[in-house]
Amino acid sequence: MTKTVTDVICPFCGTLCDDLEVVVSDDGKQLLEVYNACAIGAEKFLHSQAKDRLTRPRMRQEDGSWKEISYDEAIEYTARMLTDAKKPLMYGWSSTNCEAQAIGSEIGELVGAVMDNTATVCHGTSLIAVQDIGIPSCTLGEVKNRADRVVFWGCNPAHAHPRHMSRYSIFPRGFFTGKGHTGRKVIVVDPRPTDTASVADVHLQVEQGRDYELLNAFRVAFKGEQLPDVVAGIPKEKIYEAAETLKSGRFVIIFFGMGVTQSLGKNHNIDEAIAVTRDLNEYTKAAIMPMRGHYNVTGSGQVWGWLFGFPFAVDLSRGFARYNPGETTSNDLLARDEVDAVFVLGSDPGAHFPFNSVKKIYDRPSVAIDPHETPTTEVCKVHVPVAFVGVEVGGCAYRMDNVPIETRKVVEPPEGMMTDEEFLKRVLARVKEIQGV
Amino acid sequence: MAIRVNLITGRTIQQGVSMEAGKEKPAYTTACGIIELDPADFKKLGAYRNTNVRVTSEYGSVVVKAVEATQGPHPGVAYIPMGPWANMVVNPNTYSTGMPTFKGTPVEVEAAKDEPVLSSLELVRKGCRGELA
Repeated sequence: MTKTVTDVICPFCGTLCDDLEVVVSDDGKQLLEVYNACAIGAEKFLHSQAKDRLTRPRMRQEDGSWKEISYDEAIEYTARMLTDAKKPLMYGWSSTNCEAQAIGSEIGELVGAVMDNTATVCHGTSLIAVQDIGIPSCTLGEVKNRADRVVFWGCNPAHAHPRHMSRYSIFPRGFFTGKGHTGRKVIVVDPRPTDTASVADVHLQVEQGRDYELLNAFRVAFKGEQLPDVVAGIPKEKIYEAAETLKSGRFVIIFFGMGVTQSLGKNHNIDEAIAVTRDLNEYTKAAIMPMRGHYNVTGSGQVWGWLFGFPFAVDLSRGFARYNPGETTSNDLLARDEVDAVFVLGSDPGAHFPFNSVKKIYDRPSVAIDPHETPTTEVCKVHVPVAFVGVEVGGCAYRMDNVPIETRKVVEPPEGMMTDEEFLKRVLARVKEIQGV
Repeated sequence: MAIRVNLITGRTIQQGVSMEAGKEKPAYTTACGIIELDPADFKKLGAYRNTNVRVTSEYGSVVVKAVEATQGPHPGVAYIPMGPWANMVVNPNTYSTGMPTFKGTPVEVEAAKDEPVLSSLELVRKGCRGELA
């Protein structure tokens, strides 16, 4: 016999879908089927069952080969590495629960680490912009129930947040949006005619890297002022038309992604996008929301927000929290050789940092905590496999709209495997022992 | 003939699925060890679809397979899904924001049909040990 677990939370992207159904074996040890998830989410659940999954920590040997070690040895190496370092970098924190993030922060405080999360290569620039000028935002529930004008600027949810459009933004019928997608006007701004653009009413194929100019042109168009004939590759008539479409809506939501946060202009692009939202509120109700990537990157910003007052790039090396993006951010620290050990949990900088930063991780004492084998584990000295959060252990995660959702355990982890939380608690205890506190 | 294009990176659903299935697996290389080029740029390059090409920027160089753009047309713009291949060539400068410039790196693309596309683990391993061509 099998059991079906309902209302399962998907631990892949910031959409944090909460309607999955997972079929498990009667003894709860095997995960058999996943329903309602997108292709990526389903793969995440199913990969936990992989036959070739690593279940014990391993340490890199002189000759480049791996040697299996015990969890005790991995804890000892990690605690020693962190206490010996002058300024360790503790990076990642986005694919784990808030409970583990809190324990990791305590370790970071004791060892004087720089704590940084994946926002640093994702929506870090959005966070800078929010600190610059604030953010008029809302929840995804409000989007579903109220939004009749939806903008996707520099984001491609068809690929990156596959169920976002059907659950919240384009297709669902809500309280005031009974007609579903026929009652909504969708505008996509992207240098490519993406799969998201193919379901939109309007696609503005902006010249890559010219988002600031186009956002600024929208602000001009709202006021009915004169525009040059073409801005950022878009004829002015199209800009005026799109501006009118937005102004005539009852509720406008602007979603934005890496197209604006990673292109030149960076936080200033977001400043301008938020200013567009603010201007729109002169005519109708408008809100803006970053399309957060990892399922709990928002949570790590929340945890550090309440612990330290800053959402990413928190430097604790002086005994108090400092924050200065460009100085205390992972890639800058690595590029300038300002950290002497690297601890990674719940992220894969080996795959997602520019290569010069990856090389710097390889050159240092380093530990990677990750259920998967990844380019990061390939360049680190010690790899500690752990249970999948949201699959084999529960815990709190924050959706992209800052709504906390408790993830669920649906299946047992392989025998003897630690969770992030258990591992970090043991490291914390050992760090305290070494420091005599 | 080598062509110059503007490189952007980002997620694709194939990248997401193969990443969750294991970055050490060949499917991840198939999904991310590619560069999506516009048909117009293919014509200028003078290469067949699915030929290996060398992509070079001011910051590095990598061999990937050239495929036709799946979300085009976008002449002059090339796309490598986010991952270690793209990160060999992207502009790492953060300009004091913490964010490397993952989108908008000028690159040169030339046919390299005899050079192999390395797997993700091999690529970072060889890169770190200084064993890349």
